[in-house]
Amino acid sequence: MKIVVGHLYPDYLNIYADRGNIAVLLQRAAWRGHELEVRSVSVGEPLHSGEHDLLYVGGGQDREQALVAQDLVAKADGVRESVAGGAAVLAVCGGYQLLGRSYRDLHGADLPGIGLFPFDTVAGETRMIGDVLLECELEPGVRRTLAGFENHAGRTRLDPGAEPLGRVIAGFGNDGESGFEGCRAGRAVGTYLHGPLLPRNPWLADWLLAQALAHRYGEAPKLQPLADDFETEAHAVSARRAETRGGRRR
Amino acid sequence: MRVPIPLAAEIAAARAAGRLSRLAGAGGGTTVPGKLLWKLDPGAIDRLAARLPLGSAVISATNGKTTTAAMAASILRERFRLAHNSSGANLVSGVASTLLDARAAELGLFEVDEAALPEVLSRVKPKAVCLGNLFRDQLDRYGELEHVAEGWRSAVRALPDAAALAVNGDDPQVGELARQRPEALVFGVDDPSAARLSLQHAADSKYCVRCGAPYEYAAVYVGHLGDYRCPACGHSRPPLNVVAREIAVDGLESVSFRLVTPTGAQTVRLGVPGLYNVYNALAAASLALSLGAGPEEIVSGLESFSAAFGRFERITVGDRGLLMLLIKNPAGANEAVRTIVDAGAPAVAVIALNDAIADGRDVSWIWDVDFEPLIGGLTRLVATGDRAAELALRFKYGGLDANAIEVVPSLEAALDRGLELTPPGGELVVLPTYTAMLALRQVVGGRGFVRPYWERAA
Repeated sequence: MKIVVGHLYPDYLNIYADRGNIAVLLQRAAWRGHELEVRSVSVGEPLHSGEHDLLYVGGGQDREQALVAQDLVAKADGVRESVAGGAAVLAVCGGYQLLGRSYRDLHGADLPGIGLFPFDTVAGETRMIGDVLLECELEPGVRRTLAGFENHAGRTRLDPGAEPLGRVIAGFGNDGESGFEGCRAGRAVGTYLHGPLLPRNPWLADWLLAQALAHRYGEAPKLQPLADDFETEAHAVSARRAETRGGRRR
Repeated sequence: MRVPIPLAAEIAAARAAGRLSRLAGAGGGTTVPGKLLWKLDPGAIDRLAARLPLGSAVISATNGKTTTAAMAASILRERFRLAHNSSGANLVSGVASTLLDARAAELGLFEVDEAALPEVLSRVKPKAVCLGNLFRDQLDRYGELEHVAEGWRSAVRALPDAAALAVNGDDPQVGELARQRPEALVFGVDDPSAARLSLQHAADSKYCVRCGAPYEYAAVYVGHLGDYRCPACGHSRPPLNVVAREIAVDGLESVSFRLVTPTGAQTVRLGVPGLYNVYNALAAASLALSLGAGPEEIVSGLESFSAAFGRFERITVGDRGLLMLLIKNPAGANEAVRTIVDAGAPAVAVIALNDAIADGRDVSWIWDVDFEPLIGGLTRLVATGDRAAELALRFKYGGLDANAIEVVPSLEAALDRGLELTPPGGELVVLPTYTAMLALRQVVGGRGFVRPYWERAA
């Protein structure tokens, strides 16, 4: 079966090894005999809804983020219609912020977001940097952990009733206060966690692949299990790091 | 009220602390005296630096500062007695420790951490400053690249007119620092035959520093270093006055080039490999020129240089060899990989990933390294260090068969495993991050094969 991934701004938003996330999606699809095609969608290029089963938006430095923010507003309808049509989304760090309503930087300047997720982000004086561990429940009754690294000045405050990606076990999370991290809206998830996120959290990669297949074929097939020994160990080490040194203020 | 402590008493106390630290077996103790002095009286560093009769020269860069400083020392030590922080202790405290040890030195020669540069420049008031490059490095520690660049811009603006400045014109952000200073030396490479085909994945400053449009490169040499021009606003590489031409790489043994300066042209043959070392040599030559060194001194100093501590080392371990190249960020690791592969891709490699503060706690940078050229030739990868499993994932998802990867977190066990996989007479490639490099050197040192770094001749 085939999956088409739209990678937004790969030439601008790629700071935290976002290609690691793409490599994991590619390989885990290929090892199960599926064909995954990654299409770049960058500045000035149109985003047609329905074309992609999964959209990926990575992280960038402030400079790159400002360069793409205006362009993303022009693609807002395409992103929203894709998601309304059942496409999955993974947005990390800067990309996550841009999918909210707005981002206000340290100088008080506002960058527009596209409002896919119900939150606003305001930069704070100190960066929140460190290892993170979350507990998520993307499917009712199935609790799993995500381990990663966060490095953000933005404080993201979800609207009341918005669904976070997970509960913070160790680390700062969205704003260092709420105890929540990330945001989820249906098949769209956004998070500050990089590391990159997917290699050491392969269950989330598989969840995204299943959502993408469901978008294309109407029903998510059962993905066959893979040998995840290195992944399991890398997750365990990363989780221990979060528990021993995550979320500390500098 | 705080009673001022006489400088002499502070110095004595701080030096004693260094000896104690070494006696206690806490390693080199190279920064302990400086840290103490820094705590007791930060201004003491200014006064110690002011005592140096010929002043100080300061080198900074994301990559290559230790090597550049060692090359500059090799040139300058014929002429001056140096106070040089050769063991890589490059924060304010490391500079302070070196100043404490300086005694009869005439000239300070300091490699300085890129984030610590503004503070060091304001304290030591250098006679000459050499700035090499800015790459993405340890975002968890330094914050964004732009933040470090802004610190450099203000520090350079604050330099007195009398201070000499040498900058790498091939790096857009660094080259721009010379625009306000017409006497600055601007170094760079001018040899399209040594260029890469395209920008690497991890290229950082690929957008115009003035208008944000993507640069066009006539030649890309290392990372984003090259001959760039903005098609939108015309911002381009400044004119070079210290230039490398006719570059010829000779495997892992050496690299030679034509060094063209305002005073003439000479051929230089370095005893270390890689295009990145040509940049280091250009930086060292520019600094030496600005301190009055002549062309012959520069060439002989560069040619007599052998690798700086831990950056590139060949160590004989019984009947096998170790080839150790430090990796610490995408741009530097890419050059290490390129250098090794150009000399013949190895079948076995030990790669060590630690995540202490000095390595970077955020290990995501390994995914931005182009390790792929190694993968084709590898039959066995020994992944080691505290984040060995993460490294294994990097190679597994990069296309190396999982069965060819062994995860051995203990550095010593991994080294032994690598040596076991190396035939007698062969050479094992080892790529460690900073603290893993220190630990591995300690292992081979403990077996009597290398001397600890604080006993090495400066």
